[in-house]
Amino acid sequence: MILSCKEVTRLVSQGMDRRLPFGRRVSLRVHFAICEGCTNFSKQMGLLRKSLARLADQPPRS
Amino acid sequence: MNDFRSRVEGERAYLVRYASLQLRDSHAAEDAVQETLVAALAGEASFGGRSNLRTWLTGILKHKIVDAIRRMSREAPAATEEDFEALFDERGHWIDPPAAWAEPDAALEQKAFFAALEMCLQRLPEKTSQAFLMREHLGLETDEICKELAVTPTHCWVLLYRARMALRECLNKEWFGK
Repeated sequence: MILSCKEVTRLVSQGMDRRLPFGRRVSLRVHFAICEGCTNFSKQMGLLRKSLARLADQPPRS
Repeated sequence: MNDFRSRVEGERAYLVRYASLQLRDSHAAEDAVQETLVAALAGEASFGGRSNLRTWLTGILKHKIVDAIRRMSREAPAATEEDFEALFDERGHWIDPPAAWAEPDAALEQKAFFAALEMCLQRLPEKTSQAFLMREHLGLETDEICKELAVTPTHCWVLLYRARMALRECLNKEWFGK
């Protein structure tokens, strides 16, 4: 199945909340191999999650 | 003041900070922490020094936060909706494909980055922000989030998607674009 970038963004988000079916994961990998924009998007989603995990440990702003 | 009490009190500032991230209303955050401290002092025996005090208190606080969200979502009006159609052309391709963020790990070492992140969180519609923080900050599963916010599972996915899309754009503009 060929995914559009818009569909990829939805699947990347869903994949952060549940395990995607095998076929979807394969389609994503195929898409990432040819699409730099979506690869960057996916990495940015990873950083967003990492930064939220650290947010509570930041000293409060005065 | 006995030792347990003063140790619990010593965690108050951290807990207020933790609650404030999820609950925008500082009074609601203070209330949730107060309820947590009262419950903690009453439950000293169940703590029994087994685990890390902060972890134990945070666990109680999470329940108090969810209670507060439940009360607020009964009162708050529905959030305004935002769409991301404009980012894609009619075939669903990026109009302006995301560029790699420079030195993303270095950002995580900078206070100013987290200030930008908090500002971006404040800009989200209330329900979107609640769903996102319940997921990423409290670490709840989506079925719990749907239940607590009284929304359908589909709407829940949409809220999380919108939050991530909006935060990505906001950080891109406010931090990585500079």
